[in-house]
Amino acid sequence: MKIGIVCPYSWDVPGGVQFHIRDLAEHLIRLGHEVSVLAPADDETPLPPYVVSAGRAVPVPYNGSVARLNFGFLSAARVRRWLHEGTFDVIHIHEPTSPSLGLLTCWAAQGPIVATFHTSNPRSRAMIAAYAILQAALEKISARIAVSEYARRTLVEHLGGDAVVIPNGVDVDFFARAEPRPEWQGGTIGFIGRIDEPRKGLPVLMRALPAILAARPETRLLVAGRGDEEEAVASLPKEMRARVEFLGMVSDEDKARLLRSVDLYVAPNTGGESFGIILVEAMSAGAPVLASDLDAFAQVLDQGAAGELFANENADALAEAAIRLLGDPERRGELRERGSAHVRRFDWSTVGADILAVYETVTDGAASVAADERTGLRARFGLARE
Amino acid sequence: MTVTLIIWAVVVLVAIGLYLSWTAGRLDRLHTRIDAARAALDAQLLRRASVTQELATSGVLDPAASIVLYEAAHAARQSPEDHREVAESELSAALRAVFGESAQVEAVREIPGGQEAASELAAAVRRVPMARRFHNDAVRAARALRRHRTVRWFRLAGHAPFPLAFEMDDEPPVALADRPGS
Repeated sequence: MKIGIVCPYSWDVPGGVQFHIRDLAEHLIRLGHEVSVLAPADDETPLPPYVVSAGRAVPVPYNGSVARLNFGFLSAARVRRWLHEGTFDVIHIHEPTSPSLGLLTCWAAQGPIVATFHTSNPRSRAMIAAYAILQAALEKISARIAVSEYARRTLVEHLGGDAVVIPNGVDVDFFARAEPRPEWQGGTIGFIGRIDEPRKGLPVLMRALPAILAARPETRLLVAGRGDEEEAVASLPKEMRARVEFLGMVSDEDKARLLRSVDLYVAPNTGGESFGIILVEAMSAGAPVLASDLDAFAQVLDQGAAGELFANENADALAEAAIRLLGDPERRGELRERGSAHVRRFDWSTVGADILAVYETVTDGAASVAADERTGLRARFGLARE
Repeated sequence: MTVTLIIWAVVVLVAIGLYLSWTAGRLDRLHTRIDAARAALDAQLLRRASVTQELATSGVLDPAASIVLYEAAHAARQSPEDHREVAESELSAALRAVFGESAQVEAVREIPGGQEAASELAAAVRRVPMARRFHNDAVRAARALRRHRTVRWFRLAGHAPFPLAFEMDDEPPVALADRPGS
């Protein structure tokens, strides 16, 4: 099958959607499909052979922050050329509502279009105003995928219609086979995520830490992620700061080894999550998971059966659960076992098969993707005079 | 004076005409999408019924289960259009009754050729809800547009029948579809 995938965000900036598209494309290529990914990228960025650059993304203020987007005449022309040269059987657009490549492709293409909705942002004011334009472009999507039941609900509320739920994929064996590192073992708690992004929840964990250290003084907290380390531990009493080790940005290999090594993985995120891929990665590596009870997390953890949940933003509840788990190797073993079994459904072999099933459903009996040749002005006048 | 007025009138008329033509194009595209989605749904339903019938006649299952499945699959394939949703729902219920236990699925997998049959059935029961969701999503979009004043007043939908959603019970058997949500 000839598949075209559209990535809305810069290929050179690391992010969940980009990683998902990279893994999906590589999985499909391994299965023998022809895949081309259209993504914004700087001209100097080295790209894998399957990625086509749609030019540089421009930073613009959008929806309360600065987003890097692609739009305008040049980008639209590149999209059209990519569609024309690709002659795809199906195109798969990610995040079609962001005013970037996804929306441009929706607008410029016709034929079988699949779209994945990753985030579950409340509808922005711009989107309400642009609803008519957006609706006309979104109507072309033949199949919608939401990454979680939570994302699907938001989608249905804001745009109407329906979507199938296909979770994000993880290479489970990559994490399951990683070698633990001895210096990261022995009474360790793991945290992975941006340090300076409060929604990732490190402050909550820092508030819980004194109680955890009081009950189990030998505990160490290993933090992997970008951000200001001094500021992160500022709220801790001085003598406790040594119990927190910062590893900085880690490679994929080190991330897997870290997750294999820790006694407990804590995800104290306070919001803004529509899936929670890190929990799936932790479970793949066999780490017992303790996470805040966000909708998306509860679903990934099978409502608490595959990992423990604590009340969101409640540092006391987090501390209580962490102390209990660290002192109960049997319960941790049980969580490891359940997590490893539960996580198989997120493996690329399963997720990839589901996505291919969607492609096959929409291409059944449909013509291939083509550039949407707009009716010429003369034809329109012809119609207008009727 | 009158010339300017005429020019303005023409401009407005042309603008209205362009808008109507654009809306008609949208509607046309939506109808095409519904047709394609309906064809895909039919194909998936037929596939599910065929695999079920094959399993029922293969002698893998006990005679009682075989008859239940054969009956349901046969009814689904032969049912007239106005009874289709009920017949397909009954096939779903029959499949759930027979393949409710993972032991039954395991038994099918163990016999020669059973592995393929089981995966084919699992794929079929997984794809029916998918195809149905895509179809009903297209129907919803078309209905939303057709209810629009412009479309009604100018009869842009022509003689195309008002699109109907396909409602049925498509819950797959637990033992065959071990996935979250769907």
